[in-house]
Amino acid sequence: MDNIIRAQNLIKIFGTLTAVDKVTFSVRKGEIFAFLGPNGAGKTTTIKMLTTLLRPTSGAIELSGVDAVSHPEKARKTFGIVFQDPSLDDELTAMENMEFHAVLYSIPGNEVNSRIEKLLSFVELWDRRNELVKTFSGGMKRRLEIARGLLHNPEILFLDEPTSGLDPQTRNKIWEYVKNLNKQTRITVFFTTHYMEEAQSVAQRIAIMDHGKIIETGTAEGLMEQTKTKSLEEAFLKFTGTALRDEEASGVDRLRNHARRWTR
Amino acid sequence: MGAVYILWKRELIRYFRSRARLVGSLGQPLLFLVALGFGLGPVFQRAGQGNYFQFLGPGVICMGILFTGVFAGIQVIWDRQFGFLKETLVAPVSRFEIMLGKTLGGATVAFIQGLFVLVLAVIVGFRIESFILLPIALLAMFLIALFFTALGISIASTLEDMQGFQLIMNFVVQPTFFLSGALFPLSGVVSFLSLIAAFDPLSYGVDAVRGSLTGVSHFGLGTDLLVLIAISLIVLAIGSYLFSRVEA
Repeated sequence: MDNIIRAQNLIKIFGTLTAVDKVTFSVRKGEIFAFLGPNGAGKTTTIKMLTTLLRPTSGAIELSGVDAVSHPEKARKTFGIVFQDPSLDDELTAMENMEFHAVLYSIPGNEVNSRIEKLLSFVELWDRRNELVKTFSGGMKRRLEIARGLLHNPEILFLDEPTSGLDPQTRNKIWEYVKNLNKQTRITVFFTTHYMEEAQSVAQRIAIMDHGKIIETGTAEGLMEQTKTKSLEEAFLKFTGTALRDEEASGVDRLRNHARRWTR
Repeated sequence: MGAVYILWKRELIRYFRSRARLVGSLGQPLLFLVALGFGLGPVFQRAGQGNYFQFLGPGVICMGILFTGVFAGIQVIWDRQFGFLKETLVAPVSRFEIMLGKTLGGATVAFIQGLFVLVLAVIVGFRIESFILLPIALLAMFLIALFFTALGISIASTLEDMQGFQLIMNFVVQPTFFLSGALFPLSGVVSFLSLIAAFDPLSYGVDAVRGSLTGVSHFGLGTDLLVLIAISLIVLAIGSYLFSRVEA
């Protein structure tokens, strides 16, 4: 099977901190791939490099055959993304946010309206298209972001903790959309989450990352078998330990910000 | 150039949708016009300098443009903090197009703000001496808007929080306004002030608007426009470079 995402020896250093350390993995075309790890493990930094928001210190990234490090603009056409934090313009309507995206991605004018209608109907927001996003709930915003991320027919969909802070009903609905979409279009889905049961039920393959390195890759069943545990959560804790990572995570963020300011 | 257009359009939609911003931003220029214009007018006249309201009007118009333009930079920090910047940075368009779209959008908003202040000044008593030169005044107003919006966005692209931007406002924008000759004539001032004003970009903007609306110019309209065009191009180039280094 073809690999649509390839990361080879990916390294990202902020100042004296190595946030991502020689990460190598690949994701097959049409696969739903989960990227798990504790806070500060380097997941979001890896996603930011994969999606061209951060330039790797060294290493190679290939998205659908395009070198994402040397040709970031071309690589950006191959994927859609739902960020960990909301990235909509609250002062615009749902329709205006979609139209904004359509122009940025040069979607032909005669296709824009039909694509928007199809996608907003898919995430059940078509009737609310003319309302300002600031009046939407967190779940509605997430659904709108998924619709927006799909508007340019990407081959890959990156979802960075798409269900964090949402109620179980909305989380369930979002994964239903993602699974249906993968089934209908064979889109490749790369996601991160802290909800292990979601990864277990949705992902076909899982990578576990800690301290900037990938420590294991496999199916949920394979990882459980390897650690002789009954759930993915138990397997995850076996691989990553039970120590809290909050302090480490905030340290990473502080260093990262500090380094950014001084390297400018 | 679709990206430039949609980013420009977004700034206008947000501006016209925010009625509070529209009305609120006219408060300060109105206060300057009424308090300083009428308050210091008699003193100015007794000193043999003519009508102070006529002198002050262009300065206050430029003040409105300056503050609105530089504040467009805040939008970049706002977009960064609220995540919208990532949506544009991850799109298959160049950083130059993003910077240009945001700058033109912010500059158009600042220019419109300047037009509103001009209308307000006329309502309060300002007289446009030469309608033939009005297009030159409008061009100068747009160039001031372009320069200061590009400056605001350039500065904001190197900052991550509002506190930093506030510092810049206090140490850059306020002196730029007060030392530009917007409030006092540059002829006859002490030499160090005259020297500072010569290096203040707003001096040329105020002088161009004043020269074309009232016929009184210090540097000459040609010099003013040349300087405004040159510094706008320079700051756009610097801004594009700084914006190309922005990481989400």
